[in-house]
Amino acid sequence: MELSGAQMSHLEPSGAATNRESITDIPILTHVQIQELALVVALRRGDEAAFLSLIEQFHAMMIRVARTYVSTYEVAEEVVQETWLGVLRGLDRFEHRSSLKTWVFHILTNRAKSRAQREDRYVTFSDVLYVQSDESAVDPDCFEPDGWWKFHPDHWGSRVEEHVLGQEMRAWIEQAVQTLPPDQATVITLRDMEGWTATEVCAVLAVSEENQRVLLHRARAKVRTRLNSYFEPKAQ
Amino acid sequence: MTKQMTMMNPISELCPALTCREFVELVTDYLEDGLTLTDRTCFEAHLALCEGCQLYLDQMQQTIKAVGKLNEEAIPVAGKAQLLACFRDWKGALLGAP
Repeated sequence: MELSGAQMSHLEPSGAATNRESITDIPILTHVQIQELALVVALRRGDEAAFLSLIEQFHAMMIRVARTYVSTYEVAEEVVQETWLGVLRGLDRFEHRSSLKTWVFHILTNRAKSRAQREDRYVTFSDVLYVQSDESAVDPDCFEPDGWWKFHPDHWGSRVEEHVLGQEMRAWIEQAVQTLPPDQATVITLRDMEGWTATEVCAVLAVSEENQRVLLHRARAKVRTRLNSYFEPKAQ
Repeated sequence: MTKQMTMMNPISELCPALTCREFVELVTDYLEDGLTLTDRTCFEAHLALCEGCQLYLDQMQQTIKAVGKLNEEAIPVAGKAQLLACFRDWKGALLGAP
């Protein structure tokens, strides 16, 4: 049977509705997962634009994360290059059991770790937790013996907000992150700098939620202390 | 917060042990929503009355925000041409495969 144009257009909405119903049988993918799926398919097809967009999307984040493991920016760049080669080699085996991001960063942190081991810089997460278990967030001298503040923390107001886009404060915070123990630096970089969720960080670093939180807490507390001292010399 | 204030605060009877020194160690758990209901209540009761801890929490939140600004810096991709060459090799091997 042939349908006229008018009849066709009349049928379209109900056709679309039928499609939508059948889609509910398929596991629901998030928008991000669908984009990722398309990207992986394109990469496997050898699409250079897709490869370039993946590099653009992850590169800066990868450098910042690699830098928390190794001693210099140059070594971090090498680790990232190695990671891309590893990604290409492993792409056929990538099975969407984890997100593409988690998978790429798993490769990255493994490479960075073995690089750090060769640099004699790497400590396992559990070692560090054990060694630093009595670390406190705030200098104990700030409290009275009974645990109350001896003097209150400074009122920052909008000072950080006003300075944070300036090069000087950025460098100050960057250095504060860089001088943290490597595992703390990695966790705060992923969580607070790159905005990852706790679940993603635990998956990539293979740490428990609890340890992730301890590392994050210590890292934040130290960066806070450093940030506080940024204003001190100027507070005359 | 002073000791006198805690004594006058009825909630403090439920949470007699939470000092400022303990408060600062709970901040991340609080922000990550990792406290039990009781601990959360104690934390918030302390916070409501203690100016020092309000300032501390504010500093921590500002720190988190400030660290979050550092990812805005673009980092040039070194060796992009080399990576693309590797990609072409990889693609060649892929298409050449039976």
